Parts: sequence; structure tokens; C-alpha cells
Amino acid sequence: MISERLKKNLLVLISLLVLTGCATTHDRLLDMDTSQVQLRSFQSRAFDTTDKEKTMRAIIATLQDLGFMLDRADYTLGVVAASKSRADVLRAPGSLRVTVTVRPRGEKQLMVRANAEYQLQPVTEPKPYQNFFNSLEKAMFLEAHQVD
Amino acid sequence: MSRHCRICSAFLLGLISSAGCAAVSLEADLNLTPELLQQRQLQTRRFDTTDEQRILNTCAALLQDTGFNVDESDTRLGIITGSKKRDATDASQWALFIVGAFFGVSIPPDDNQIMKVCVTTRPVGESVKQVAVRVVFERIVYNMEQRISKIEALSDPKIYQSFFEKLSKAMFLDAHDI
Repeated sequence: MISERLKKNLLVLISLLVLTGCATTHDRLLDMDTSQVQLRSFQSRAFDTTDKEKTMRAIIATLQDLGFMLDRADYTLGVVAASKSRADVLRAPGSLRVTVTVRPRGEKQLMVRANAEYQLQPVTEPKPYQNFFNSLEKAMFLEAHQVD
Repeated sequence: MSRHCRICSAFLLGLISSAGCAAVSLEADLNLTPELLQQRQLQTRRFDTTDEQRILNTCAALLQDTGFNVDESDTRLGIITGSKKRDATDASQWALFIVGAFFGVSIPPDDNQIMKVCVTTRPVGESVKQVAVRVVFERIVYNMEQRISKIEALSDPKIYQSFFEKLSKAMFLDAHDI
């Protein structure tokens, strides 16, 4: 026999669980938990060039050098999407997905923005993006400028 | 503890320990390592031509000849990606599966695979005009239970050599190592 009190507690617990379910979907859909401004600055670099085609080709080459498989590329939109997945008997499946966009910044610069997702999480630390832009710099023969 | 239970717990432990170490990591997989650069050498050849468009056309035809379906292409950026689904059964895995079944251990053998290819071209060289062609092959293997058993880059040099041989034959051009 379940007491009245326990029943009430259970009801509260269940409704709480249901409510958190709604909240997390919302949070995950729009990923609003980190500061957008800060994240954007991790993910963006400006290059002193206006050659969009060359920049996109350098991005594609860099992603390939890093062992990524290209999923999408569109010159007009300036988007390159690539992923790297590996799995074997000894290690758990790992997957890393990256989308890189290129757009003009002022008259003389191009802005390159990358965002990545690792396993089931968005990548919000600065280090992985730094590594990516270091590799891209080498392919571009240009310095990547930090953007505020 | 019954024998079955012991096997199960051993399997679970194995899973937990393997889950700690994923095949792709954020720290290692966005850095250029000498191994990755070696891969590039294997996957790239240069052709003495300025006609990138023609190379891309020939590559598209070559992919079709080898049974790939084109998934994505952008001629302005010089990329073509394709894939095909093929059988992946292996007699030795079936033997292991049958032996395993006697001891109550299930090791599902591989069943089918998706093979992916990505070709990119890009003009290189300042004085001598050349076009570099890079090709990458990868495969995703599914086991009998239709779960992913393996995702790997195909890095056998023979695969790449024979791809470029076919390409240079189709182009009537010589492929140079980079």
C-alpha cells in the first residue's frame, strides 16, 4: 500500500522529470549555455585576403590533411563541412564534425569561422579551435588574426 | 557466479574500459602530425596540366567506372565525393562466430560496408602549372546485427597506386609523386 505522501512525492518527481525533459531539448537545440560572444571569438579568425576561392581551397586541404572526410562544400554560401569518425574493436567509436564558413570582413579581410562537435557535445574550449587555425595558417601562408 | 554471468561482466568491463578511450580525440585529431603528412603524400599526385575541369570530369567518370555513386560535388572548389554499399563477409570471422557459439560467446561477423571516396583537385606551382589530385578512401563496416563494427581510413598504398594508374591512363598524362 502506497501512502498518500509517497504518492504526492512521486507525482512531483515525475512532473519534474517531464519538465527537465522539455528544458533540455530546448537547451540542446539552441545551445545557449555558453556565452555566444566568447564562443564566437574562439571560433573565428580574420585573414588578410579577399580571395574566397583560395581560402576555401586551403580549408578543404587542411581538413583533408587532418584526416577528415568532406561531407559538403558550397562556394556561394562559403561553407565546408567535414567529419572524422573512427571505430575499431579495441576503442569506442569517436566522431568529430566540423563546419567552416568564410565571409567577407570589411574591404580587405575574410572571416573564417569554424564550429565543431565531438561525440554528442558542442566543442566550447578554445584549444581545439586554436589547433585547427594553426594548421590552416600553414596552408594559407597567412597569419590568422584574433577577432574580438 | 554462473559462467554466463562472468562472461557478461567481463564483456561489460571491457566495454567500460574501451569507452574511456575513443578512436578520435579532440586533443590529437586537430593537430598535424608527421603521420598525417605521410598520408597526404600517399594520397596525392600531380598532373602536368592546367585544365582542372578535365581532371574532375575524368575523376567523376573513373568513380562511376569503379561503381561509386556521386554524393556531393563542387566544380569551383574542385571536390567530388562518392559512396557505395558492398558485401563485407569474411570467412574467418564466420569461423570465429561458430567456434564462439559453442562456448556461448557471440562475436557477430561483419555483414556489409559503406565505402566512401573523396577526390579533390587544386592548382599548384608558380612557374610550372600543375594540378594536384588527392583521393581518400574510407569504409564503415556493419556487422550482422547492423551495428557499426569498424570505421577506418583505407591506407594500403596499393589502393592509391592503382587509382592513380587508372586516372593517368584515362587522362593520357603521367602522374608525378609529390
